[in-house]
Amino acid sequence: MTEALRPQLAACPACVAAPSADAIADASAPTEARLALSVPAVHCAACITTVEKALAAVPGVREARVNLTLKRALVEADPEVTPTPLIAALEDVGYQAHELDAGALSATETDKAGRELLMRLAVAGFASMNVMLLSVSVWSGAEAATRDMFHWISAAIALPTIVFSGQPFFRNAWSALKAGRLNMDVPIVLAIVLAVVTSLWETSLSGEHAYFDAALTLVFFLLAGRYLDHRTRAVARSAAEELAALEVPRAILLRDGEEVTVPVAEVAVGDLVLVRPGGRMPVDGEIVEGTSELDRSLLTGETLPVFAAAGQIVSSGEVNLTGPLVVRATAVGKDTSLHQMAELVAIAESGRSRYTSLADSAAKLYAPGVHILSALSFLGWLIYSGDMRTSLNIAAAVLIITCPCALGLAVPAVTTAASGRLFRKGMLIKHSTALERLAQVDTVVFDKTGTLTAGTPELTNLSDHTPAHVSVALALAAGSSHPLSRALVAAAEGADVAEVTDLREVPGYGTEAVWNGKQVRLGRAAWVGAENASVSAALTVSWLAIEGEAPVAFTFTDRLRDGAAEAVSALQAAGKDVLLISGDTTGAVEALADRLGIKNWMAEALPADKSARVQMLTQQDKKVLMVGDGLNDTAALSAAHVSISPASALDAARVASDIVLLGGDLSPIADALDTAQSATKRIRENFQIATLYNVIAVPIAVIGLATPLVAALAMSSSSITVSLNALRLR
Amino acid sequence: MEIIAYLIPISLLLGGVGLGAFVYTVRSNQYDDPEGNSQRILSDEYDDKPKG
Repeated sequence: MTEALRPQLAACPACVAAPSADAIADASAPTEARLALSVPAVHCAACITTVEKALAAVPGVREARVNLTLKRALVEADPEVTPTPLIAALEDVGYQAHELDAGALSATETDKAGRELLMRLAVAGFASMNVMLLSVSVWSGAEAATRDMFHWISAAIALPTIVFSGQPFFRNAWSALKAGRLNMDVPIVLAIVLAVVTSLWETSLSGEHAYFDAALTLVFFLLAGRYLDHRTRAVARSAAEELAALEVPRAILLRDGEEVTVPVAEVAVGDLVLVRPGGRMPVDGEIVEGTSELDRSLLTGETLPVFAAAGQIVSSGEVNLTGPLVVRATAVGKDTSLHQMAELVAIAESGRSRYTSLADSAAKLYAPGVHILSALSFLGWLIYSGDMRTSLNIAAAVLIITCPCALGLAVPAVTTAASGRLFRKGMLIKHSTALERLAQVDTVVFDKTGTLTAGTPELTNLSDHTPAHVSVALALAAGSSHPLSRALVAAAEGADVAEVTDLREVPGYGTEAVWNGKQVRLGRAAWVGAENASVSAALTVSWLAIEGEAPVAFTFTDRLRDGAAEAVSALQAAGKDVLLISGDTTGAVEALADRLGIKNWMAEALPADKSARVQMLTQQDKKVLMVGDGLNDTAALSAAHVSISPASALDAARVASDIVLLGGDLSPIADALDTAQSATKRIRENFQIATLYNVIAVPIAVIGLATPLVAALAMSSSSITVSLNALRLR
Repeated sequence: MEIIAYLIPISLLLGGVGLGAFVYTVRSNQYDDPEGNSQRILSDEYDDKPKG
């Protein structure tokens, strides 16, 4: 890190949270460019050196630093440096790199909230250790003036620490009280405040018992739980943001006949945008030039590419397959149909907002119970002894002993362990209650295109053709980057390739050439003259026509995603209902359902049909897990109880889902359900442990036998038991 | 027991130094890349002086 990145020492601990004026000035000054590259292959010390050296050798680069944890390279360079030469430099030394969109990353670049929590945790740890040291001296027999002095020093350490470290609890408790609710933080704050007040009072009267150490350890343990919770979510969030940042929103504009690459945000209505084969439509618009085919599977679930020619309307998110297209933008940015559909999903009520987490439902039972218990023991002792001081002491002891230290750790410790385990298997848990909801699932709904299938075609009838036909088809397919052509080349690998001349691709139709003096064509039925040939409508077909011969069909099916069959059979074996709902044609969906043994399927479903079906299942008291990837799935993803999307999904779908599958493999889904169930079981066990400990400790506190030593022992041992129980999950 | 008058300030001071060091490391982003740090020790590249 360079001097410019290092935050200046702030005047007070609280100032850390606020960005200093220098930092803001730095960000706005255009004196240097800060670029982020994702380099997924770095994994060792040698890689770090190679990558950093390669980047530093690019002219204009001031400093390059690899972050191995995030598998990113951060580059500081002169403002005119663009990512292209950097990526090229890395490819020269053998590392694949992708540009990351700085805007999408900025939120995680410095994790301010996490850092603030860590700082409070450190201060609380420091203070509780020191106060514990003094308390141990008191417990081992310090008397009279010495004890008073130790108590006063403890107070001097404890008061500022609690004011600083306890802020997250104070804030949460206040906002809950303002809204007229009770949450876990209200009894926490009450316990801390009451402990400090009675201890101060006791100390000023040269009393025997002070709970400064208990108040501080309480803050320390609870902050540790908060920090764990925060870390788990921060890791997931930063990985999710990296996925979003990989799609750098750029568009190629045609200005006075010249191609200019600009950020999508700068495209205006009426601009001419060039979309190359393989590119995604950045805007809604109308094709003014070129013919091609469009892959609309992310929007509609259809696997068959759609023919595109001048005059046709296109929407953002569609992928251009064969020929370059020039599109006149009719809607940009927030007005595009893609964005508007994504917005609709955000407004729709989601499964996650209806769910009350285990911790919240525990707090609902627990918070009033503790308050009533403490108030009753105060009143009881006041009536019995008539002594305000004793009664207040006992009320404080009850609150401290019952304080949800173990409860505060019970959930985050388990979710951290479980999320870590699933992350290693390639699953990203984005939402804090996703695991609990996943554990309740009894119905699983899959989308077809892009979810159960990989979205890439696979040739099915290679053996039906004569070697001559295969060799001609192969020669023609080699001249195109159309998905069907590539699938043909991949399937017939090793076969002879015919010698053809005049090979050319006709975008939107196919490829043609001359072979042995005869014209040969590979492509759409209408173009090769095969309109009248009959073939099952369910199949994707590419026709080969040789002059003077009847056209022959090469049929394709969508390739299954890795682990799809295993995931479906494992889920069925675990007794879950598995459904397949797709926007694709009936034939294609039926074929896939048969292949995977899914009895319950629905084809040609519109986005609204999908979410309606999910809602219907929900009304039948089913807990639905929706797995989908396209824009047509987003409504269903957010309507479902819990949702999963693959990393290849559209950004809107990933945002709508609770869990993202990072690898291409679907098989972790069944594992995830198991892990979620055992995690929920551990959480319940932890609550039971915490309750058991309260059942033993509370009577001791109520009858007035609790000393600070007992409180400290009970609190630490329960917290440690709960954490150890969570670790069993790893 | 006068020794306490020295020992307590000393123990607080030492703890405070530790806390200060921790605060410094957090502020200077030293926990941003734990994996990279553990690998960088193995690197053969030495930097004799801090980068200017």
